[in-house]
Amino acid sequence: MSADRPRDVARGDAVHPGNPVIVDRYTVPARMNHWLTAICLVLLALSGLALFHPSLFFLTGLFGGGQMTRFLHPWIGVVMFVSFAGLFLRFWRLNFFDRGDSAWLGKPGEVLAGKEEKLPEVGKYNAGQKLYFWLMSITILVLFLSGIVTWQQYFGDRFTVDQKRAAVLVHALAAIVAICLWIVHVYAAIWVRGTINAMTRGKVTGGWAWRHHRRWLREVVTGKTLPPTTAPEK
Amino acid sequence: MFPPIPNPSTEPVAPTFGEADLWRRSASTIERPAERQTEVAKLIDVSKCIGCKACQAACLEWNELTEEIGSNVGVMTNPPDLTENSYTLMRFTEWENPESGNLEWLIRKDGCMHCEDPGCLKACPAPGAIVQYSNGIVDFVHENCIGCGYCVKGCPFNIPRLSNVRDRKAYKCTLCVDRVAVGQGPACAKACPTQAIVFGTKDEMKEWAAGRIEDLKARGFANAGLYDPPGVGGTHVMYVLQHADRPELYAGLPRDPRISPVVEAWKGVTKYAGLTAIGAFAAIGFLHHLVTGANRVSEHDEEAARRLTERGEK
Repeated sequence: MSADRPRDVARGDAVHPGNPVIVDRYTVPARMNHWLTAICLVLLALSGLALFHPSLFFLTGLFGGGQMTRFLHPWIGVVMFVSFAGLFLRFWRLNFFDRGDSAWLGKPGEVLAGKEEKLPEVGKYNAGQKLYFWLMSITILVLFLSGIVTWQQYFGDRFTVDQKRAAVLVHALAAIVAICLWIVHVYAAIWVRGTINAMTRGKVTGGWAWRHHRRWLREVVTGKTLPPTTAPEK
Repeated sequence: MFPPIPNPSTEPVAPTFGEADLWRRSASTIERPAERQTEVAKLIDVSKCIGCKACQAACLEWNELTEEIGSNVGVMTNPPDLTENSYTLMRFTEWENPESGNLEWLIRKDGCMHCEDPGCLKACPAPGAIVQYSNGIVDFVHENCIGCGYCVKGCPFNIPRLSNVRDRKAYKCTLCVDRVAVGQGPACAKACPTQAIVFGTKDEMKEWAAGRIEDLKARGFANAGLYDPPGVGGTHVMYVLQHADRPELYAGLPRDPRISPVVEAWKGVTKYAGLTAIGAFAAIGFLHHLVTGANRVSEHDEEAARRLTERGEK
């Protein structure tokens, strides 16, 4: 991390005065990295669910049949893992928890009601996004490792049957967690209008940044690291 | 001697069971036939086995398979494990009986046990890739198999093998379903020179086994008995064991096989709870949006950002 950037500001974050103010939030490589991961995750969820519950087996049709689904799923998983590792390396520093996050998490009512004026000012990510980041990181690591043990074609001889049984159960449970987390992630992006633009165009409006990530906006504008606050600015 | 199944006629014979007699079908709900066919069974009398491997040869022959030429690993068991070609394997164990001081050569013909409650079928995600006929035969239907290996995880006896050279699908003993359907017995039973393998209805086999066990007990094998493990609902391949109190002696035959609770949890509660959880999360999101509406940026927010930016720029 370069020393001349404030703590909650990532490379490429910049503000463009105007009407409205435009703030750069994600660089092109970051967005490509995100969407590759997203596409993989959706394909993995569809192909995985197809083999998870018989009523969803028809989804194998999207992948060219049952055998192709069985063949493709682990390879997509490998791409996903590498791609997610890229996201992890990009974003992990911005996802450390601070004092402000516990204060933010302590007011779930206000968070869910969207009353952000009653919450402490948020940096690049709020505590919910940070939780999503870490939970998804753990879940994807678990999915990758348990997926390796389940991958009969290449690793069928390397593990005992008890290990494989545990792996398929863990894999299924972790996948359910991942899909539920993903639903929260997508829903939040839809609910908080203007968010999807950050990942499609890389930009948000100044008002969006002011409303949802005010401390981040302040850091981008001033170029100085600001201490996290635990109460809303008066 | 158990009356052997007569040789077939040269005339074509209509199969005695088929699609209409499915008792279980993987990843599917089916309507069972009104009447269950008489359950069949293969009885393997370990005490009569001489280890000739005629059953292995007959199995390869009937299924038109060839085993790879392997290497000697220092034991009679050959190949060293079940393979995609060898659906059956004689497993040789040398055991010194501490009571009699005798060296006993325990030769167990390993292969699919055709469980009444098949773990492979429970684990299988592909509709119709594993079926159980009402007479108890469990068979893999390869046109539906996707080669995932879940059956390997489901099986309490470690039987199915994935093909690594043919088509990456799973293979195991069919109980010669194609022979039994036309009134014949399995190829291994046909080839066995000592009647260590016999085939008939499950009741006949139990009755025959009872006589064999009585005989073994009279010869000093006090713990002789039938292996028909109740944990999997009984099997359609049964063993007569000299030491039925210690099945592990026979190359690790499980004492109380049952579908692993891990597999039961995976294919049971996880399946339903998982989809419910996913549905609940989606529903909660939908309801939340209905109740709170979109979280929108106001003109006031944009104005505040403009002021902040202008202050910061100067």
